[in-house]
Amino acid sequence: MKTLFSLYRQSLAGLRAMLVATLVLGLAYPLVVQGAAAVAAPWASQGSMVTADGERTTDPDEAVGSVLIGQVVDDPDLFQPRPSAAGDGYGYDTLASAGSNLGPESPDLVALVQERRAEVATREGVTVSQVPVDAVTASGSGLDPHVSVAYAELQAPRVARAQGLDVADVEALVRAHTDGRTLGVLGEPRVNVLELNAAVLRAADDD
Amino acid sequence: MSDVLPALGQAVVLVAALALSTPLLGGHLARTYTSERHLRPERLTYRLLRVDPDADQTWRTYALSVLGFSLVGLLLLFGLGRLQQHLPLSLGFDALPADGAWNTAVSFVANTNWQWYSGEAAAGHLLQAAGLTVQNFVSAAVGMSVAAAFARGLARSRAGGRVGSFWTDLVRSLVRVLVPIAVVGATALAVGGVVQSWHGPRDVTTLTGGSQPVLGGPVASQEAIKELGTNGGGFFNANSAHPFENPTPVTNLLEIFLILLIPFAMAWAFGLIVKDKRQGGAVLAVMALLLGVSTALLTWAEMAAPGTAPTLAGGAMEGKEVRFGEAGSALFGAATTGTSTGAVNAMHDSFTAPGGGLTMFNMMLGEIAPGGVGSGLYGMLVLAVVAVFLAGLMVGRTPEYLGKKISQREIVLVALYVLTTPVLVLAGTALALSVPAGLAGLQESGPHGLSEALYAVTSASNNNGSAFGGLTSGTPFWNTLLGTCMLLGRFVPIVLVLALAGRFAGAQRLPAGAGTLPTHRPLFVVLLSGVAVVVVGLTYVPVLVLGPIVESLS
Repeated sequence: MKTLFSLYRQSLAGLRAMLVATLVLGLAYPLVVQGAAAVAAPWASQGSMVTADGERTTDPDEAVGSVLIGQVVDDPDLFQPRPSAAGDGYGYDTLASAGSNLGPESPDLVALVQERRAEVATREGVTVSQVPVDAVTASGSGLDPHVSVAYAELQAPRVARAQGLDVADVEALVRAHTDGRTLGVLGEPRVNVLELNAAVLRAADDD
Repeated sequence: MSDVLPALGQAVVLVAALALSTPLLGGHLARTYTSERHLRPERLTYRLLRVDPDADQTWRTYALSVLGFSLVGLLLLFGLGRLQQHLPLSLGFDALPADGAWNTAVSFVANTNWQWYSGEAAAGHLLQAAGLTVQNFVSAAVGMSVAAAFARGLARSRAGGRVGSFWTDLVRSLVRVLVPIAVVGATALAVGGVVQSWHGPRDVTTLTGGSQPVLGGPVASQEAIKELGTNGGGFFNANSAHPFENPTPVTNLLEIFLILLIPFAMAWAFGLIVKDKRQGGAVLAVMALLLGVSTALLTWAEMAAPGTAPTLAGGAMEGKEVRFGEAGSALFGAATTGTSTGAVNAMHDSFTAPGGGLTMFNMMLGEIAPGGVGSGLYGMLVLAVVAVFLAGLMVGRTPEYLGKKISQREIVLVALYVLTTPVLVLAGTALALSVPAGLAGLQESGPHGLSEALYAVTSASNNNGSAFGGLTSGTPFWNTLLGTCMLLGRFVPIVLVLALAGRFAGAQRLPAGAGTLPTHRPLFVVLLSGVAVVVVGLTYVPVLVLGPIVESLS
């Protein structure tokens, strides 16, 4: 009985504490961070969107997407992103970010990898052993904006042909849109598919 | 994709950052939990709470404060979830179902952050900020407070079972530690590209003429405390694999740093609170040793990429982001399961068989290397008591730790603590695998299916919150089972630890004698590491053999 009464008294203090915490941590804290972010990162905190000209924008009506979020490339003449398990079909559904969660021995995953290897090899006109790993695996988020340098280079000749550009020029664009490891150690070298495709379309327009 | 040298290089950068931060923050934490002075915002808070900040509570009152506070938090969060459709900024989402709201309320109050739902498809901005972000802060502060009370119990001599004031510890953890670091961390993350806005989904026309919503939300503010408080609940379904939560390799390392920051510093603070730095150093060394070994093994497993699908694909990149690669994913995976975080930047279900097994083993260790904020320290100290008890049995002397005799009463509490989670994990997994409602959630059959169930119950009982995501857990059976595991796995150990703190606080602190086992030497570091691994090994090897080990060998 004494314990129950004590628990009741402590819960009342707990209720007051939770009300204060909800106001301070649930409302004031996000607003403070919002203010700091608006000053320190006015573009990035709004979703890192860009226009077709590669300009930064915070207006979704001008944007062709976010450089951080991969998108479906519904054009066989452009660089293709990784497979995605976010949503149905080709994936890249931002309302359903997800990996496949298939295990390393999953028969479904083995079949998918086999199928994708054959598909990419046919598309790029190479042998299956030349297909890089990121071309046949879905990312964790399903929204991976990058492909490996190897996968971008594999696609360069096809894109150059289709867009009527020199292979060397397209390869130069791949290099220009390649990010290396930060400080030489953090992360992996990668190519941003949206920025690269936008640059390719601009180059094709100029020709 | 990853190369060995950069993989080592990123670990060196992380170790250097932690080597700088641990003594600095450790000293600050020790002052936070021992200072007699109250800051002005703290005094104001105590007046609003109508509590006496200088009251020295017995362990019972302290425990009742923890339970009362958490109970209220649980009810409020349950209410927010059930009433979501009536709240502003709900983005049109419905109320959570009863079993789901219960699961989520327990999950965030218990510092677990298991998520049966998908953030972008179920939770509006108000539920995320006013409900979930708040519990991210206060559940972390609860863990830190309990660890501080335990350290004070060991430091005091004949204090009549008094271990300090919970309300003071709670408020100070927030005002002096969690909030300032979270504001700086969240701003840094926003600069790195993490979203921070109140927008809902806004459609853009893609480069090839399709339509894609760009999401918004108070993400950076939640992301910072999610890692700092070893919580782990993602704003989005893909958690820290989502580019809006973790956009670059730099934010990735920052998030790993935030995960490990407080757990290591707590060990340093422990040494200062018991007025013997070397004791904190020994605990720190065990944590670093276990985390180092598990990181190395996990990185090796993912880079070597054994298994049918990884061999065929040419690497273990299923479920991993290109910007992180295998090494950046393995480092995050080791940090998140070595603590009680459970955030993921890659899908653990798609890790290689040995890699997935290692993340499970990390959690089964009880998350002590370095463990959750606060819970890692008290979990490790309980094992330290086991270690001196075993050493005492070997030489036939009464065991003591930091001058406190370990008698029958203490060892009973320790034994109950050590047994709580294994009972929950093994009984929970057995139950899930023996009823159709449990089996219905599994995506895969055979050993990997068993691993999915085992991982879920292990994660819940140890308050981790990461998942083998193939499991469909948003059903009444799984929500109820995992909710119960999270609740008992958090609060039963807390009550036992506080009871032990009370026993220690009441006992006299004896000077070390000739027969005392020194608990700051390398010998003890090895002994304690061995105890941690052997206790887990004996408990879990049979079930690990049936899951990840048989899968590795097949």
